[in-house]
Amino acid sequence: MAGAAQAEISNDMVKIGYLADMSGTYRDLAGPNGLIALEMAVADFGGQVNGKNIEIVSADDRNSPDVASSTARRWVENDNVDMIAGLVASSVSIAVSDILEESGKLGIVSGSAASSITNEHCTPNHIHYVYDTYPLANGTASAIVKEGGKTWFILTADYAFGHALEADVTRVVEANGGEVIGTIRHPFPTPDFSSFILQAQGSGADVVALANAGADTTNAITTAGEFGLTQSGQTLAALLLFLTDVHALGAEAAQGIQLTTGWYWDMNADARAWSDRFMEETGVRPTMVHAGIYSSTIQYLNAVKATGSDEAQAVRKQMIATPINDMFATNGRIREDGRMVHDMYLAQVKTPAESTNEWDLYNIVRTIPAEEAFRPLSESQCPLVTSK
Amino acid sequence: MSNSVNPADIHKTMLDQQKSEHRRRLILNLVLLALLMVAPMVMYPVFLMKILCFALFAVAFNLLLGFTGLLSFGHAAFLASGAYTTGYLLTTFSGLSTELGIIAGTLVATLLGLGFALVAIRRQGIYFAMITLALSQLVFFFFVQSSFTGGEDGLHGIPRGQFLGLIDLNDNLNMYYFVLAVFLAGYLLVQRIVDSPYGQVLKAIKQNEPRAISLGYNVNRYKIIAFVISAGLAGLAGSMKTVVFQLASLNDAHWHMSGEVILMTLLGGTGTLLGPVVGAAFVVNLEYQLSQGPLADWVDAILGTIFVLTVLMFQSGIVGQVQKFMKKNIG
Repeated sequence: MAGAAQAEISNDMVKIGYLADMSGTYRDLAGPNGLIALEMAVADFGGQVNGKNIEIVSADDRNSPDVASSTARRWVENDNVDMIAGLVASSVSIAVSDILEESGKLGIVSGSAASSITNEHCTPNHIHYVYDTYPLANGTASAIVKEGGKTWFILTADYAFGHALEADVTRVVEANGGEVIGTIRHPFPTPDFSSFILQAQGSGADVVALANAGADTTNAITTAGEFGLTQSGQTLAALLLFLTDVHALGAEAAQGIQLTTGWYWDMNADARAWSDRFMEETGVRPTMVHAGIYSSTIQYLNAVKATGSDEAQAVRKQMIATPINDMFATNGRIREDGRMVHDMYLAQVKTPAESTNEWDLYNIVRTIPAEEAFRPLSESQCPLVTSK
Repeated sequence: MSNSVNPADIHKTMLDQQKSEHRRRLILNLVLLALLMVAPMVMYPVFLMKILCFALFAVAFNLLLGFTGLLSFGHAAFLASGAYTTGYLLTTFSGLSTELGIIAGTLVATLLGLGFALVAIRRQGIYFAMITLALSQLVFFFFVQSSFTGGEDGLHGIPRGQFLGLIDLNDNLNMYYFVLAVFLAGYLLVQRIVDSPYGQVLKAIKQNEPRAISLGYNVNRYKIIAFVISAGLAGLAGSMKTVVFQLASLNDAHWHMSGEVILMTLLGGTGTLLGPVVGAAFVVNLEYQLSQGPLADWVDAILGTIFVLTVLMFQSGIVGQVQKFMKKNIG
C-alpha cells in the first residue's frame, strides 16, 4: 500500500493520533502530559502546516495490545489518521507497528523500552525515538564497571523483559572485565522485596542491579533504602527508571542510584527553557518521554512541511535525511532501521543535601556518545538493514 | 427425562407459555440477526467483531453462571489458551488454514476446561471460584514464562488467512461475516443447550442442588459437562479474537479478563440468553468511548461504579430489567 510519494497532504489535513497509557502504570511517564507535549509541538506550528490544519486525536491504550490495535486500526482505516505518536508499552508498540505497516501509515514510538522494536520487529513504518534497553544496559553497566564496580548481583523480573535486560547487563559487565556473582529472579510483580534485598546485601557484590521496571523497581529501591544498601557501600543500579519514578521516591530513598537516561530537563539551556514551558502547562517537570514526544512531533511536522506530503515513506525518508538538533538531542539522527540514535546520559540521583528543589534530582555523570550507546547496525537483525 | 408427576393441565399451560415465549424469542432473534447483518455498513467492522468475540465469551460464561449457578473466576485461562494456540499454530505453520487453527484452539481450551472442572467441581460457592482463579493464575504464569507466547510482548502478525481456502479473511467485511457466523453458531448452541432436557437439569441444579441430587441426578457430571462446554466456547471466542486482531497477548490470560466477563454478564443480565451479548456490547463500547475522551483516567472508576449500582439496584441486569418491564406492561 505504501505507494509512490504524492506531493500533497491527504484529506486536506495532517491528523496525529496520540495513543498511550492514560490511566495505568505508565501514566506518569507519558500519559496525559505527553498529549500536552504533543499539543505544544502543534501549537508551535500555529496549528497548521503548509496551510493545512493539524488535528489531534487521543486515546487510552490501557496497556493492552488488544485495545491499542483496535484503536489504531480504526484510526488509520476509518479516521484518516496520518501518524500515531506516544506508544508506551512495548507490546502495544509492536502490535501497532504491524498495523502501520499493513496500512502504510507512520508511527513514532516514544515510550517503549524494548530494543526489539527496531531489531526483529522493525518495519519501514515506524521510528523509535527516545531510548531502548540496549543503551540502558550498556550505559549504566559499562560505566559502573569502569568506575570499579567489578562484582555484580542482578535482581531480575521473571519474565521476557527482565530476562533480556539481565542478558544484556551480563554481556556488558563481562565484556568490561567485571563478573556477575549472582542473580535472583523475582515474580512479576512483587510488592515485597525484603528477602531479595537481604540476599543481594549478603552476596557482598559491589553492585546490585535491578533488571525490572515500574513499580517493581521503585519497590525494590524503597526496600533497599530501608535496609541501608547504598549506605553500606554497595552501589544500586536501576536499569529503567524515569524522572517521575525518582520524584515519587524522593531524593532521600533514591540518592546515589545510577541510571541511564536519554534526556534530563536540567541538562542544558534549551532543555531548561522548554521544560519551563512544559511545567507552566502541567505543573510537573517533563520526563525524557515527554521531551521525545515534543521533539519527534516537531521533526515530523518539519518533514511534512519540507516534502509537502503526509505520505509515510516520503516523510520518513525526509526525517532520516535530517539531523536532529533541538532541545532534545544534539546531532541525533534516525537510522534506516527506524532507530533514532543520540547521546545518552549516565546520571546519578542527588543526595537530599545537593538537591535544591523537588525536581532537582540528577547529576549528569557522563555523556555516552550515540555510537557507543545504541546497538550498531552491524549487529542488527532488522530486514531493512540486513537485506542490503 | 423422567418427570411425569405433573398433572396434565398444568403441563399444558406451561407448554403454551413456553410456546409463546419461544415465538417471541424467535422474532427477537430475527430482528437482531437483521441488525447484525447490516451493522458493518454503518459501524466500523473491526469494532463490531470485537463486540461479537466478547459477546461469545460472555455467552459461554453465562452458561455456567446464569444457568448452572457456578461462578468461575478463571475463564480468562480458556480465552487465552484458545487465543495462544490458534496464534501459535497459524504463525508457525503457514500452510494451516484458519478454520483448523480455530478448531485447534477451541479443542485445547476444552481440554483445559475438563482439567479445571475435575479439580474445581469438588467444591462449591466461593471455594469453587477461588480454585478456578488459582488454576487460571497457574495458566497465566505458564503463558508469561513460555517462550512460544512471546511473554510480555505477545504474539504478533498472526495471518488471518483464508476460510476453507476460498474466502479471503483479510477483507474486513468477509472477516466480519465469518465472525458473525461463528458467534451465531455458539449462541444458538447455548440456546439449544438451555432449552434441552439437559439444560433443565442445569437449571434445577442452580435452583436447588440437594433436591437435584435427591431426584437422582449425578450433579457433578452435569456440572462438569457444562463447565467443559463453557470453556470450549470461551476458547473459541479467544481463537476468533486472535484471528481478528492478528495478535494474542497476556491481557487475555490476566485475571482482569475473568473479572471483565463477570461484569459483562452481570450488567447484561445473568440467566438470560441475550444479557451477556448486550452486556459485552455495552462494556466494550463504554470502554472505547471513555478512552477517547477526557475521561480516559476514569474508565475503571466509572465501570466500577456501574458494577456496584447494578449489583445493588438492578440485579437482573439490562435485559432482565427490560423483560420485567415488558411483562408488567405488555403481559
